[in-house]
Amino acid sequence: MEFLVASAVGLMTGAGVYLVLRARTFPVVLGLALITYAVNVFLFTMGRLAVNLPAVISDDAAGYADPLPQALVLTAIVISFGMTAVVVVMALRAYLEGDTDHVDLADPDSGDEGDRS
Amino acid sequence: MNHWIILPILLPAIVAPMLVLAVRHDVVLARVFSLASAVLLVLVAGILLGLAVNGGPHIYALGNWAPPFGIVLVLDRLSALMLLLTSFLAVGALLFAVGGADKRGRHFHALFQLQLMGVNGAFLTGDLFNLFVFFEVLLIASYGLMVHGGGSQRLRAGVQYVVVNLVGSSLFLIAVGLIYGVTGTLNMADLAVKVATMEAGDQALLQTGGLLLLLVFAIKAAMVPVQFWLPGTYALAPAPVAALFAIMTKVGAYCIIRVHGLVFGEGAGEAAHLIHDWLLPAALITLVVGMTGVLASRRLGQMTSFAVIGSMGMIMVPVALYTHEALSAALYYLVHSTLAAGALFLIVGLVAERRGSLQDRLVVGPVFAQSGLLAAGFFMAAVAMAGLPPLSGFLGKLLILDAARDVDANVWIWTAILASSFLAIVGFARGGSTLFWKPSAMEREFDGVHEPAGGAVPFVAVGILLAGLVMWTVLAGPATHYLDATATQLLDRQRYIDAVLN
Repeated sequence: MEFLVASAVGLMTGAGVYLVLRARTFPVVLGLALITYAVNVFLFTMGRLAVNLPAVISDDAAGYADPLPQALVLTAIVISFGMTAVVVVMALRAYLEGDTDHVDLADPDSGDEGDRS
Repeated sequence: MNHWIILPILLPAIVAPMLVLAVRHDVVLARVFSLASAVLLVLVAGILLGLAVNGGPHIYALGNWAPPFGIVLVLDRLSALMLLLTSFLAVGALLFAVGGADKRGRHFHALFQLQLMGVNGAFLTGDLFNLFVFFEVLLIASYGLMVHGGGSQRLRAGVQYVVVNLVGSSLFLIAVGLIYGVTGTLNMADLAVKVATMEAGDQALLQTGGLLLLLVFAIKAAMVPVQFWLPGTYALAPAPVAALFAIMTKVGAYCIIRVHGLVFGEGAGEAAHLIHDWLLPAALITLVVGMTGVLASRRLGQMTSFAVIGSMGMIMVPVALYTHEALSAALYYLVHSTLAAGALFLIVGLVAERRGSLQDRLVVGPVFAQSGLLAAGFFMAAVAMAGLPPLSGFLGKLLILDAARDVDANVWIWTAILASSFLAIVGFARGGSTLFWKPSAMEREFDGVHEPAGGAVPFVAVGILLAGLVMWTVLAGPATHYLDATATQLLDRQRYIDAVLN
């Protein structure tokens, strides 16, 4: 099981990093999503992998799973899900207003640009 | 337990939803609420400063759960100082926004309050996971503020900023996971105890976690090699937002002092001085890169952004040394550079607004409204930023140079600081003379210029921040006295640990 979880985290991170380094916003958003999945799985393993063990006190339990990573990963999932939504909306707005979905900024001194205020 | 400690988080957390739900259609009322909240925060921070002066770190255990099991807030001299600095800067930035910038988009004031909540929380929290949560709060608010007012260039810079920070947050979580995996705790004081007696087999994971945290905080603090996001973001953000963002880079610096000083500092067993080899070279390169950028900039906003990067390098040099004098000097310069950067960003906003389609480009144009007054303000802020006498930048640099006198790398440090100061002076002199000096002979009008909004209010905001700089210079004696005691408190790890755990 250790090998399976470790390789899944590694694979997702690798694919995510590759996608984040692409030039257009859609692959970048997908890459961010993959990285956050990898991080969430990784956070689970930080309390050590355990199968069929209760997290709360019970009389006939052989051992306990660490409950804290489960609470932390819930927070991390909520935050990363919300952030992915934010980045999708912002990327859409930037595409609609700028007519390009390149992540890089154009040279600020060439062509038109947004209003400063 | 003293309930004042949680007020800097609660107050903006209550005002923000009120601004969204109750007074969303009434601009005047929203401004009143938002400004009142910021002014109250200054008062609360002042009270907390008084509390911090009396004795060692004060603890606020939420829900009265005893640390290390519950969530804990810690108030010491350093966090009290940072709270006061944040709220003071916020009053200046908000007052500027009230001059008209807050009407260019929606929910400016609510986002502003949430940002304050995140920053204050990051300065108060006593455990790593809540540090992550407050980082997210301040970042989410900053995404909204960054694109306030819209414009395609600004939106694209905003997307870049969000992507960089999302990757940073992921790294933060990985670091937190690694550290929890080997120590079984995330409370900073408890971590400091556990790390000191860590087995050799777990050192690799622990130190990887510690260095990843350094990388995350370096992204926030805009240090080389992860400084690239800052010029685009700060130069394209609206002026009052850029001024408030001046405190965000300092959150990174604060976290390095707090986490790496406490957990991986003196007496942390094998993991002690973990970041020592990395931080000093990175800081020196940041300093030189930032000030070279000032020289190379083609816009005033860009120039100020690079000056912010350079000043972060200047702060991190003494932090890397981590001696008593060095810490005191670093904190003095930190407060100074926050105020100077805030004032400069506001002035850039005023100049850009008055120059029509030329905006803040460093090209000669006609004379613009209130050119003389703005030139005086720019001159003062630039003198402070470049570190010329008589303002506090000069004193701060003197303190840093003095603290670096007897260390091994003193030749490198002195050379980098003096050479980069020279670059900054040349850069700002070029910018100021192009914008304020040369235009006098030209006759034609700007195209697309409109009557500047807000009247005198934005100038009062700039004046407040500049007055803060003058105060910080005049009160340098009492200030360094306070900062010396702060440095003593920071180096006394055992007192912090005892205060939290007992």
